Amino acid sequence: MSEPNTDRRPVPFRGGGFAPAPRPAVPWIVFAALIGLWQAASSSGLLPALLMPSPAAIVRALYGLWLDGTLAEHVAASLRRIVPGWIIGTAAGLGIGLAMGIFSSARAAGLPIVSALFPIPKIALLPVLILWLGIGEPSKVATIALGVFFPTVISAYTACDSVPRNLIRMGQSFGLPARDIVAKILLPGAMPGILAGFRISASVALLLVVAAEMIGAQHGIGAFVLTAGNLMQTDQLLAGVVVLSILGLLISWGLGMLERKILRWR
Amino acid sequence: MPLHLEKVSHNYGPVAALDGIDLDIADGETVALIGPSGCGKSTLLGIIGGLLQPSAGRVSLSGPPPAESLNPFTYVFQDFALLPWRNVADNVGLALEHRGLDHGQSRERVAAALALTGLAEFAGAYPKQLSGGMRQRVGIARALVVRPAVLLLDEPLSALDAQTRELLIEDLLAIWARESSTRVYVTHNLEEAVRLADRVVVLSRRPGRIRDILAIDVPVAERARPQHTTMLVDMQRRLWALIRDEAATAEREIADV
Repeated sequence: MSEPNTDRRPVPFRGGGFAPAPRPAVPWIVFAALIGLWQAASSSGLLPALLMPSPAAIVRALYGLWLDGTLAEHVAASLRRIVPGWIIGTAAGLGIGLAMGIFSSARAAGLPIVSALFPIPKIALLPVLILWLGIGEPSKVATIALGVFFPTVISAYTACDSVPRNLIRMGQSFGLPARDIVAKILLPGAMPGILAGFRISASVALLLVVAAEMIGAQHGIGAFVLTAGNLMQTDQLLAGVVVLSILGLLISWGLGMLERKILRWR
Repeated sequence: MPLHLEKVSHNYGPVAALDGIDLDIADGETVALIGPSGCGKSTLLGIIGGLLQPSAGRVSLSGPPPAESLNPFTYVFQDFALLPWRNVADNVGLALEHRGLDHGQSRERVAAALALTGLAEFAGAYPKQLSGGMRQRVGIARALVVRPAVLLLDEPLSALDAQTRELLIEDLLAIWARESSTRVYVTHNLEEAVRLADRVVVLSRRPGRIRDILAIDVPVAERARPQHTTMLVDMQRRLWALIRDEAATAEREIADV
Protein backbone atom coordinates (compact mmCIF):
# COMPACT_ATOMS: atom_id res chain seq x y z
CA MET A 1 0.00 0.00 0.00
CA SER A 2 1.25 3.55 0.69
CA GLU A 3 3.75 4.93 3.18
CA PRO A 4 4.12 2.78 6.28
CA ASN A 5 3.03 4.31 9.58
CA THR A 6 2.65 7.88 8.43
CA ASP A 7 -0.91 7.62 7.13
CA ARG A 8 -2.13 4.83 9.40
CA ARG A 9 -5.05 5.81 11.58
CA PRO A 10 -6.34 3.35 14.16
CA VAL A 11 -9.95 2.15 13.70
CA PRO A 12 -11.97 3.80 16.47
CA PHE A 13 -13.88 1.44 18.78
CA ARG A 14 -17.61 1.80 18.26
CA GLY A 15 -19.09 -1.25 20.00
CA GLY A 16 -19.91 -1.65 23.67
CA GLY A 17 -22.87 -0.51 25.74
CA PHE A 18 -26.47 -1.69 25.28
CA ALA A 19 -25.60 -4.86 27.18
CA PRO A 20 -27.37 -4.98 30.55
CA ALA A 21 -24.86 -5.98 33.23
CA PRO A 22 -25.63 -6.88 36.84
CA ARG A 23 -25.25 -4.04 39.36
CA PRO A 24 -26.16 -5.85 42.58
CA ALA A 25 -25.71 -2.89 44.94
CA VAL A 26 -27.78 -0.37 42.98
CA PRO A 27 -31.30 -1.56 43.89
CA TRP A 28 -30.47 -1.55 47.62
CA ILE A 29 -28.96 1.92 47.44
CA VAL A 30 -31.98 3.31 45.56
CA PHE A 31 -34.37 1.63 47.96
CA ALA A 32 -32.53 2.93 51.02
CA ALA A 33 -32.24 6.42 49.53
CA LEU A 34 -35.97 6.63 48.81
CA ILE A 35 -36.90 5.47 52.31
CA GLY A 36 -34.32 7.86 53.76
CA LEU A 37 -35.69 10.79 51.77
CA TRP A 38 -39.22 9.94 52.80
CA GLN A 39 -38.22 9.67 56.47
CA ALA A 40 -36.34 12.98 56.27
CA ALA A 41 -39.34 14.70 54.68
CA SER A 42 -41.60 13.35 57.44
CA SER A 43 -39.23 14.24 60.29
CA SER A 44 -38.79 17.80 59.00
CA GLY A 45 -42.56 18.25 58.87
CA LEU A 46 -42.65 18.56 55.07
CA LEU A 47 -45.08 15.63 54.86
CA PRO A 48 -48.14 15.94 57.13
CA ALA A 49 -48.17 12.81 59.33
CA LEU A 50 -51.93 12.44 59.01
CA LEU A 51 -51.83 12.11 55.19
CA MET A 52 -48.47 10.39 54.78
CA PRO A 53 -47.00 8.77 57.88
CA SER A 54 -43.24 8.27 58.07
CA PRO A 55 -41.63 4.88 57.34
CA ALA A 56 -40.79 4.60 61.06
CA ALA A 57 -44.45 5.14 61.98
CA ILE A 58 -45.53 2.42 59.52
CA VAL A 59 -42.98 0.00 60.94
CA ARG A 60 -44.21 0.82 64.47
CA ALA A 61 -47.80 0.22 63.38
CA LEU A 62 -46.81 -3.10 61.79
CA TYR A 63 -44.99 -4.16 64.95
CA GLY A 64 -47.98 -3.25 67.08
CA LEU A 65 -50.32 -5.23 64.83
CA TRP A 66 -47.94 -8.17 65.00
CA LEU A 67 -47.79 -8.02 68.83
CA ASP A 68 -51.53 -7.90 69.48
CA GLY A 69 -52.29 -10.60 66.94
CA THR A 70 -54.52 -8.52 64.64
CA LEU A 71 -52.06 -8.92 61.78
CA ALA A 72 -52.18 -12.71 61.93
CA GLU A 73 -55.96 -12.65 62.25
CA HIS A 74 -56.49 -10.52 59.13
CA VAL A 75 -53.87 -12.29 57.05
CA ALA A 76 -55.37 -15.65 58.02
CA ALA A 77 -58.85 -14.46 57.08
CA SER A 78 -57.61 -13.32 53.65
CA LEU A 79 -55.67 -16.53 53.06
CA ARG A 80 -58.77 -18.60 53.91
CA ARG A 81 -60.44 -16.91 50.93
CA ILE A 82 -57.51 -16.75 48.51
CA VAL A 83 -56.32 -20.34 48.85
CA PRO A 84 -59.59 -22.20 48.24
CA GLY A 85 -60.67 -19.63 45.64
CA TRP A 86 -57.43 -19.95 43.72
CA ILE A 87 -57.41 -23.74 43.92
CA ILE A 88 -61.00 -24.09 42.73
CA GLY A 89 -60.52 -21.55 39.92
CA THR A 90 -57.24 -23.11 38.84
CA ALA A 91 -58.52 -26.69 38.88
CA ALA A 92 -61.60 -25.80 36.85
CA GLY A 93 -59.62 -23.51 34.56
CA LEU A 94 -56.97 -26.14 33.85
CA GLY A 95 -59.63 -28.76 33.17
CA ILE A 96 -61.52 -26.59 30.69
CA GLY A 97 -58.41 -24.92 29.24
CA LEU A 98 -56.58 -28.20 28.57
CA ALA A 99 -59.71 -29.70 27.05
CA MET A 100 -59.85 -26.65 24.76
CA GLY A 101 -56.18 -27.12 23.97
CA ILE A 102 -56.64 -30.79 23.03
CA PHE A 103 -60.10 -31.12 21.48
CA SER A 104 -61.21 -28.94 18.59
CA SER A 105 -64.87 -29.21 19.52
CA ALA A 106 -64.18 -28.22 23.13
CA ARG A 107 -62.35 -25.20 21.80
CA ALA A 108 -65.12 -24.32 19.37
CA ALA A 109 -67.67 -24.60 22.18
CA GLY A 110 -65.61 -22.86 24.86
CA LEU A 111 -63.77 -20.07 23.11
CA PRO A 112 -66.73 -17.74 22.40
CA ILE A 113 -68.02 -18.12 25.96
CA VAL A 114 -64.62 -17.54 27.50
CA SER A 115 -63.94 -14.57 25.22
CA ALA A 116 -67.30 -13.04 26.13
CA LEU A 117 -66.98 -13.52 29.89
CA PHE A 118 -63.26 -12.89 30.32
CA PRO A 119 -63.43 -9.06 30.10
CA ILE A 120 -66.09 -8.75 32.85
CA PRO A 121 -64.45 -7.35 35.98
CA LYS A 122 -65.27 -10.23 38.28
CA ILE A 123 -65.78 -7.99 41.30
CA ALA A 124 -68.92 -6.72 39.54
CA LEU A 125 -70.36 -10.20 40.02
CA LEU A 126 -69.91 -10.12 43.80
CA PRO A 127 -73.39 -8.62 44.45
CA VAL A 128 -74.97 -11.40 42.37
CA LEU A 129 -72.88 -14.02 44.12
CA ILE A 130 -73.91 -12.54 47.49
CA LEU A 131 -77.55 -12.89 46.45
CA TRP A 132 -76.97 -16.51 45.50
CA LEU A 133 -74.53 -17.62 48.17
CA GLY A 134 -75.09 -15.19 51.03
CA ILE A 135 -72.85 -12.48 52.47
CA GLY A 136 -70.45 -15.01 54.07
CA GLU A 137 -67.34 -16.71 52.81
CA PRO A 138 -68.69 -18.67 49.80
CA SER A 139 -69.51 -15.55 47.78
CA LYS A 140 -65.98 -14.17 48.26
CA VAL A 141 -64.34 -17.50 47.47
CA ALA A 142 -66.53 -17.81 44.38
CA THR A 143 -65.55 -14.32 43.17
CA ILE A 144 -61.88 -15.23 43.46
CA ALA A 145 -62.44 -18.60 41.79
CA LEU A 146 -64.24 -16.91 38.87
CA GLY A 147 -61.51 -14.32 38.55
CA VAL A 148 -58.83 -17.03 38.51
CA PHE A 149 -60.78 -19.34 36.20
CA PHE A 150 -60.73 -17.26 33.01
CA PRO A 151 -57.04 -16.33 32.80
CA THR A 152 -56.21 -19.95 33.67
CA VAL A 153 -58.36 -21.25 30.81
CA ILE A 154 -56.70 -18.88 28.39
CA SER A 155 -53.16 -19.61 29.54
CA ALA A 156 -53.80 -23.38 29.48
CA TYR A 157 -55.07 -23.58 25.92
CA THR A 158 -52.54 -21.11 24.53
CA ALA A 159 -49.83 -23.13 26.32
CA CYS A 160 -51.08 -26.23 24.47
CA ASP A 161 -50.91 -24.30 21.19
CA SER A 162 -47.34 -23.30 21.90
CA VAL A 163 -46.14 -26.91 21.99
CA PRO A 164 -44.38 -27.42 18.64
CA ARG A 165 -46.57 -29.51 16.32
CA ASN A 166 -43.56 -31.40 15.06
CA LEU A 167 -43.03 -32.86 18.56
CA ILE A 168 -46.56 -34.21 18.37
CA ARG A 169 -45.99 -35.56 14.85
CA MET A 170 -42.81 -37.15 16.21
CA GLY A 171 -44.83 -38.90 18.92
CA GLN A 172 -47.32 -40.11 16.32
CA SER A 173 -44.55 -41.34 14.05
CA PHE A 174 -43.32 -43.54 16.88
CA GLY A 175 -46.80 -44.89 17.37
CA LEU A 176 -47.45 -43.30 20.77
CA PRO A 177 -51.11 -43.66 21.77
CA ALA A 178 -53.04 -40.38 22.08
CA ARG A 179 -53.02 -40.48 25.88
CA ASP A 180 -49.22 -40.84 25.89
CA ILE A 181 -48.88 -37.92 23.49
CA VAL A 182 -50.93 -35.84 25.93
CA ALA A 183 -49.09 -37.03 29.04
CA LYS A 184 -45.54 -37.16 27.69
CA ILE A 185 -45.44 -34.40 25.09
CA LEU A 186 -48.36 -31.99 25.33
CA LEU A 187 -48.58 -31.48 29.10
CA PRO A 188 -44.84 -31.14 29.80
CA GLY A 189 -44.54 -28.86 26.78
CA ALA A 190 -47.43 -26.71 28.01
CA MET A 191 -46.07 -26.51 31.55
CA PRO A 192 -44.06 -23.26 31.12
CA GLY A 193 -47.14 -21.47 29.80
CA ILE A 194 -49.35 -22.91 32.53
CA LEU A 195 -46.94 -21.83 35.27
CA ALA A 196 -46.66 -18.35 33.75
CA GLY A 197 -50.46 -18.24 33.92
CA PHE A 198 -50.28 -19.04 37.66
CA ARG A 199 -48.47 -15.75 38.23
CA ILE A 200 -51.26 -13.84 36.56
CA SER A 201 -54.03 -15.72 38.33
CA ALA A 202 -52.30 -15.31 41.72
CA SER A 203 -52.19 -11.54 41.30
CA VAL A 204 -55.84 -11.56 40.22
CA ALA A 205 -56.69 -13.52 43.38
CA LEU A 206 -54.89 -11.01 45.58
CA LEU A 207 -56.66 -8.10 43.89
CA LEU A 208 -60.08 -9.71 44.21
CA VAL A 209 -59.70 -10.73 47.84
CA VAL A 210 -58.95 -7.12 48.82
CA ALA A 211 -61.84 -5.80 46.75
CA ALA A 212 -64.27 -8.38 48.10
CA GLU A 213 -63.21 -7.72 51.67
CA MET A 214 -63.72 -4.00 51.18
CA ILE A 215 -67.29 -4.62 50.07
CA GLY A 216 -68.42 -6.81 52.90
CA ALA A 217 -66.17 -8.37 55.51
CA GLN A 218 -65.25 -7.92 59.18
CA HIS A 219 -61.82 -9.48 58.83
CA GLY A 220 -59.18 -9.72 56.17
CA ILE A 221 -56.57 -7.24 54.99
CA GLY A 222 -58.97 -5.49 52.64
CA ALA A 223 -61.45 -4.87 55.45
CA PHE A 224 -58.64 -3.76 57.74
CA VAL A 225 -57.27 -1.25 55.22
CA LEU A 226 -60.76 0.15 54.57
CA THR A 227 -61.54 0.55 58.27
CA ALA A 228 -58.18 2.20 58.92
CA GLY A 229 -58.91 4.64 56.11
CA ASN A 230 -62.35 5.49 57.50
CA LEU A 231 -60.80 6.18 60.90
CA MET A 232 -57.97 8.28 59.37
CA GLN A 233 -55.42 5.83 60.84
CA THR A 234 -53.07 6.26 57.93
CA ASP A 235 -50.18 4.45 59.61
CA GLN A 236 -52.39 1.38 60.04
CA LEU A 237 -53.68 1.75 56.48
CA LEU A 238 -50.20 1.83 54.98
CA ALA A 239 -49.10 -1.03 57.24
CA GLY A 240 -51.90 -3.05 55.64
CA VAL A 241 -50.67 -2.05 52.18
CA VAL A 242 -47.15 -3.16 53.09
CA VAL A 243 -48.54 -6.51 54.25
CA LEU A 244 -50.28 -6.90 50.89
CA SER A 245 -47.10 -6.16 49.02
CA ILE A 246 -45.20 -8.69 51.15
CA LEU A 247 -47.93 -11.25 50.49
CA GLY A 248 -47.63 -10.61 46.76
CA LEU A 249 -43.86 -10.97 46.90
CA LEU A 250 -44.12 -14.23 48.84
CA ILE A 251 -46.57 -15.69 46.34
CA SER A 252 -44.37 -14.70 43.42
CA TRP A 253 -41.29 -16.11 45.16
CA GLY A 254 -43.09 -19.39 45.82
CA LEU A 255 -44.17 -19.65 42.18
CA GLY A 256 -40.62 -18.88 41.11
CA MET A 257 -39.40 -21.79 43.26
CA LEU A 258 -42.04 -24.05 41.72
CA GLU A 259 -41.01 -23.01 38.20
CA ARG A 260 -37.34 -23.64 38.87
CA LYS A 261 -38.18 -27.07 40.28
CA ILE A 262 -40.57 -28.18 37.52
CA LEU A 263 -38.82 -26.48 34.60
CA ARG A 264 -35.28 -27.45 35.51
CA TRP A 265 -34.77 -28.63 31.93
CA ARG A 266 -35.00 -25.09 30.57
CA MET B 1 -38.90 -54.40 3.81
CA PRO B 2 -39.66 -53.61 0.15
CA LEU B 3 -41.68 -50.42 -0.16
CA HIS B 4 -44.09 -49.64 -2.96
CA LEU B 5 -45.46 -46.27 -4.00
CA GLU B 6 -48.30 -46.43 -6.49
CA LYS B 7 -49.60 -43.30 -8.22
CA VAL B 8 -49.14 -41.19 -5.10
CA SER B 9 -50.51 -37.67 -5.55
CA HIS B 10 -51.09 -34.90 -3.09
CA ASN B 11 -52.78 -31.52 -3.20
CA TYR B 12 -52.68 -28.72 -0.69
CA GLY B 13 -56.03 -27.17 -1.45
CA PRO B 14 -55.91 -26.17 -5.12
CA VAL B 15 -52.11 -26.53 -5.28
CA ALA B 16 -50.85 -29.87 -6.60
CA ALA B 17 -47.75 -30.82 -4.63
CA LEU B 18 -47.17 -34.35 -5.93
CA ASP B 19 -48.42 -35.95 -9.10
CA GLY B 20 -48.46 -39.69 -9.70
CA ILE B 21 -45.33 -40.90 -7.97
CA ASP B 22 -44.60 -44.54 -8.82
CA LEU B 23 -41.60 -46.05 -7.11
CA ASP B 24 -40.49 -49.42 -5.81
CA ILE B 25 -37.76 -49.52 -3.22
CA ALA B 26 -36.01 -52.81 -2.55
CA ASP B 27 -35.40 -54.28 0.87
CA GLY B 28 -32.36 -52.67 2.47
CA GLU B 29 -31.97 -50.13 -0.29
CA THR B 30 -31.21 -46.48 0.37
CA VAL B 31 -33.04 -44.05 -1.90
CA ALA B 32 -32.33 -40.34 -1.85
CA LEU B 33 -35.09 -37.94 -2.89
CA ILE B 34 -33.81 -34.67 -4.28
CA GLY B 35 -35.42 -31.83 -6.14
CA PRO B 36 -35.81 -28.07 -6.15
CA SER B 37 -37.37 -26.55 -3.07
CA GLY B 38 -41.13 -26.90 -3.07
CA CYS B 39 -41.04 -30.08 -5.13
CA GLY B 40 -42.90 -31.97 -2.45
CA LYS B 41 -40.10 -34.24 -1.26
CA SER B 42 -40.89 -33.74 2.42
CA THR B 43 -44.58 -34.16 1.64
CA LEU B 44 -43.78 -37.47 -0.01
CA LEU B 45 -41.81 -38.58 3.05
CA GLY B 46 -44.76 -37.63 5.26
CA ILE B 47 -47.05 -39.73 3.10
CA ILE B 48 -44.70 -42.73 3.15
CA GLY B 49 -44.59 -42.70 6.95
CA GLY B 50 -48.33 -42.23 7.38
CA LEU B 51 -48.17 -38.71 8.80
CA LEU B 52 -49.97 -37.27 5.77
CA GLN B 53 -52.90 -38.70 3.89
CA PRO B 54 -52.23 -38.74 0.14
CA SER B 55 -54.95 -37.23 -2.06
CA ALA B 56 -54.62 -40.28 -4.30
CA GLY B 57 -52.56 -43.43 -4.63
CA ARG B 58 -51.16 -45.70 -2.00
CA VAL B 59 -48.04 -46.73 -0.15
CA SER B 60 -47.51 -50.33 0.90
CA LEU B 61 -44.94 -52.67 2.36
CA SER B 62 -44.42 -56.29 1.39
CA GLY B 63 -42.63 -59.24 2.90
CA PRO B 64 -41.99 -60.10 6.52
CA PRO B 65 -40.89 -57.38 8.97
CA PRO B 66 -37.32 -57.57 10.27
CA ALA B 67 -36.71 -59.47 13.49
CA GLU B 68 -37.62 -57.59 16.67
CA SER B 69 -39.01 -54.63 14.77
CA LEU B 70 -41.48 -52.65 16.87
CA ASN B 71 -42.44 -49.92 14.43
CA PRO B 72 -42.32 -50.25 10.63
CA PHE B 73 -41.56 -46.58 9.88
CA THR B 74 -39.48 -44.21 11.92
CA TYR B 75 -38.35 -40.69 11.17
CA VAL B 76 -35.23 -38.67 11.65
CA PHE B 77 -36.30 -35.02 11.63
CA GLN B 78 -34.48 -31.99 10.30
CA ASP B 79 -35.02 -30.09 13.58
CA PHE B 80 -34.29 -33.23 15.69
CA ALA B 81 -37.68 -33.07 17.49
CA LEU B 82 -36.22 -34.00 20.87
CA LEU B 83 -38.13 -33.47 24.10
CA PRO B 84 -36.11 -30.86 26.01
CA TRP B 85 -37.35 -32.13 29.38
CA ARG B 86 -35.98 -35.64 28.83
CA ASN B 87 -32.35 -36.64 28.88
CA VAL B 88 -30.72 -38.51 26.01
CA ALA B 89 -31.55 -42.02 27.24
CA ASP B 90 -35.17 -41.08 27.97
CA ASN B 91 -35.58 -39.37 24.60
CA VAL B 92 -34.45 -42.57 22.92
CA GLY B 93 -36.54 -44.66 25.31
CA LEU B 94 -39.68 -42.68 24.43
CA ALA B 95 -40.01 -44.79 21.30
CA LEU B 96 -40.15 -47.98 23.42
CA GLU B 97 -42.18 -47.05 26.49
CA HIS B 98 -45.58 -48.02 25.10
CA ARG B 99 -44.35 -51.24 23.51
CA GLY B 100 -44.72 -53.42 26.58
CA LEU B 101 -41.08 -54.46 26.79
CA ASP B 102 -39.79 -55.38 30.22
CA HIS B 103 -37.43 -52.95 31.86
CA GLY B 104 -34.25 -54.90 31.12
CA GLN B 105 -35.11 -55.36 27.46
CA SER B 106 -35.76 -51.70 26.84
CA ARG B 107 -32.62 -50.67 28.72
CA GLU B 108 -30.64 -53.08 26.59
CA ARG B 109 -32.10 -51.69 23.39
CA VAL B 110 -31.52 -48.08 24.43
CA ALA B 111 -27.94 -48.90 25.39
CA ALA B 112 -27.36 -50.60 22.03
CA ALA B 113 -28.81 -47.65 20.10
CA LEU B 114 -26.70 -45.19 22.10
CA ALA B 115 -23.59 -47.28 21.48
CA LEU B 116 -24.33 -47.43 17.74
CA THR B 117 -24.52 -43.63 17.55
CA GLY B 118 -21.59 -42.93 19.87
CA LEU B 119 -23.77 -41.52 22.63
CA ALA B 120 -23.04 -44.00 25.41
CA GLU B 121 -21.35 -41.39 27.60
CA PHE B 122 -24.12 -38.85 27.07
CA ALA B 123 -27.08 -40.91 28.30
CA GLY B 124 -27.77 -38.50 31.17
CA ALA B 125 -27.28 -35.23 29.25
CA TYR B 126 -30.16 -32.96 28.27
CA PRO B 127 -30.68 -31.76 24.68
CA LYS B 128 -29.84 -28.13 25.49
CA GLN B 129 -26.40 -29.28 26.67
CA LEU B 130 -25.61 -30.93 23.33
CA SER B 131 -24.34 -29.57 20.02
CA GLY B 132 -26.52 -29.85 16.94
CA GLY B 133 -24.61 -32.88 15.72
CA MET B 134 -25.05 -34.71 19.02
CA ARG B 135 -28.75 -33.83 19.08
CA GLN B 136 -29.20 -35.35 15.66
CA ARG B 137 -27.34 -38.46 16.81
CA VAL B 138 -29.99 -38.73 19.53
CA GLY B 139 -32.64 -38.40 16.83
CA ILE B 140 -30.99 -41.19 14.86
CA ALA B 141 -30.65 -43.43 17.94
CA ARG B 142 -34.33 -42.92 18.73
CA ALA B 143 -35.28 -43.89 15.19
CA LEU B 144 -33.12 -47.02 15.30
CA VAL B 145 -34.05 -48.24 18.77
CA VAL B 146 -37.32 -49.75 17.50
CA ARG B 147 -35.45 -51.55 14.66
CA PRO B 148 -37.55 -50.01 11.91
CA ALA B 149 -38.34 -51.70 8.64
CA VAL B 150 -38.10 -48.36 6.88
CA LEU B 151 -36.04 -45.43 8.10
CA LEU B 152 -37.26 -42.06 6.83
CA LEU B 153 -34.75 -39.24 7.01
CA ASP B 154 -36.13 -35.75 6.38
CA GLU B 155 -33.16 -33.48 5.59
CA PRO B 156 -31.42 -34.87 8.67
CA LEU B 157 -28.24 -32.85 8.24
CA SER B 158 -29.67 -29.58 6.93
CA ALA B 159 -29.61 -27.83 10.29
CA LEU B 160 -25.95 -28.63 10.85
CA ASP B 161 -22.80 -26.77 9.87
CA ALA B 162 -20.57 -28.16 7.11
CA GLN B 163 -18.01 -29.80 9.39
CA THR B 164 -20.60 -31.46 11.60
CA ARG B 165 -22.43 -32.59 8.48
CA GLU B 166 -19.26 -34.30 7.21
CA LEU B 167 -18.85 -36.12 10.54
CA LEU B 168 -22.48 -37.20 10.53
CA ILE B 169 -22.19 -38.51 6.96
CA GLU B 170 -19.33 -40.73 8.15
CA ASP B 171 -21.44 -41.83 11.12
CA LEU B 172 -24.40 -42.62 8.88
CA LEU B 173 -22.20 -44.71 6.60
CA ALA B 174 -20.98 -46.67 9.63
CA ILE B 175 -24.59 -47.14 10.76
CA TRP B 176 -25.71 -48.19 7.27
CA ALA B 177 -23.09 -50.97 7.49
CA ARG B 178 -24.48 -52.31 10.77
CA GLU B 179 -28.19 -51.91 10.30
CA SER B 180 -30.29 -53.14 7.42
CA SER B 181 -33.48 -51.08 7.20
CA THR B 182 -34.82 -49.76 3.92
CA ARG B 183 -34.08 -46.03 3.84
CA VAL B 184 -35.58 -42.99 2.21
CA TYR B 185 -33.39 -39.95 2.52
CA VAL B 186 -34.76 -36.52 1.62
CA THR B 187 -32.12 -33.88 1.05
CA HIS B 188 -31.31 -30.84 -1.04
CA ASN B 189 -27.61 -31.56 -0.65
CA LEU B 190 -26.33 -33.41 -3.71
CA GLU B 191 -23.17 -34.59 -1.99
CA GLU B 192 -25.17 -36.31 0.75
CA ALA B 193 -27.27 -37.96 -1.94
CA VAL B 194 -24.36 -39.40 -3.91
CA ARG B 195 -22.43 -40.50 -0.85
CA LEU B 196 -25.27 -42.16 1.05
CA ALA B 197 -27.76 -43.49 -1.47
CA ASP B 198 -27.93 -46.49 -3.77
CA ARG B 199 -30.35 -44.66 -6.05
CA VAL B 200 -31.12 -40.97 -6.36
CA VAL B 201 -34.65 -40.02 -7.34
CA VAL B 202 -34.90 -36.55 -8.89
CA LEU B 203 -38.25 -34.85 -8.50
CA SER B 204 -39.44 -32.03 -10.70
CA ARG B 205 -40.86 -28.74 -9.54
CA ARG B 206 -44.42 -28.42 -8.34
CA PRO B 207 -46.28 -30.61 -8.92
CA GLY B 208 -43.53 -33.07 -7.99
CA ARG B 209 -43.10 -35.84 -10.55
CA ILE B 210 -40.27 -38.29 -10.90
CA ARG B 211 -37.97 -36.69 -13.43
CA ASP B 212 -35.15 -39.18 -13.39
CA ILE B 213 -33.67 -41.97 -11.31
CA LEU B 214 -29.91 -42.38 -11.13
CA ALA B 215 -28.43 -45.59 -9.77
CA ILE B 216 -24.98 -45.41 -8.23
CA ASP B 217 -23.41 -48.81 -8.74
CA VAL B 218 -20.52 -48.52 -6.29
CA PRO B 219 -21.53 -49.77 -2.81
CA VAL B 220 -21.76 -46.86 -0.35
CA ALA B 221 -19.07 -48.37 1.87
CA GLU B 222 -16.51 -48.15 -0.95
CA ARG B 223 -17.28 -44.66 -2.18
CA ALA B 224 -14.67 -43.00 -0.02
CA ARG B 225 -11.95 -44.69 -2.09
CA PRO B 226 -9.99 -42.30 -4.31
CA GLN B 227 -10.75 -44.13 -7.56
CA HIS B 228 -14.46 -43.32 -7.17
CA THR B 229 -14.02 -39.62 -6.56
CA THR B 230 -14.39 -38.67 -10.22
CA MET B 231 -17.51 -40.77 -10.58
CA LEU B 232 -19.12 -39.14 -7.53
CA VAL B 233 -18.28 -35.63 -8.67
CA ASP B 234 -19.59 -36.45 -12.13
CA MET B 235 -22.77 -37.83 -10.61
CA GLN B 236 -23.27 -34.64 -8.62
CA ARG B 237 -22.78 -32.62 -11.78
CA ARG B 238 -25.40 -34.69 -13.60
CA LEU B 239 -27.85 -34.25 -10.74
CA TRP B 240 -27.25 -30.52 -10.66
CA ALA B 241 -27.81 -30.31 -14.42
CA LEU B 242 -31.16 -32.04 -13.89
CA ILE B 243 -32.42 -29.66 -11.24
CA ARG B 244 -30.55 -26.41 -11.86
CA ASP B 245 -33.08 -24.62 -14.05
CA GLU B 246 -36.00 -25.57 -11.90
CA ALA B 247 -34.14 -24.66 -8.72
CA ALA B 248 -33.46 -21.24 -10.22
CA THR B 249 -37.13 -20.82 -11.12
CA ALA B 250 -38.26 -21.99 -7.68
CA GLU B 251 -35.84 -19.63 -6.02
CA ARG B 252 -37.20 -16.60 -7.87
CA GLU B 253 -40.79 -17.44 -7.16
CA ILE B 254 -43.01 -15.32 -4.93
CA ALA B 255 -44.83 -17.48 -2.43
CA ASP B 256 -48.59 -17.50 -2.85
CA VAL B 257 -50.02 -17.36 0.62
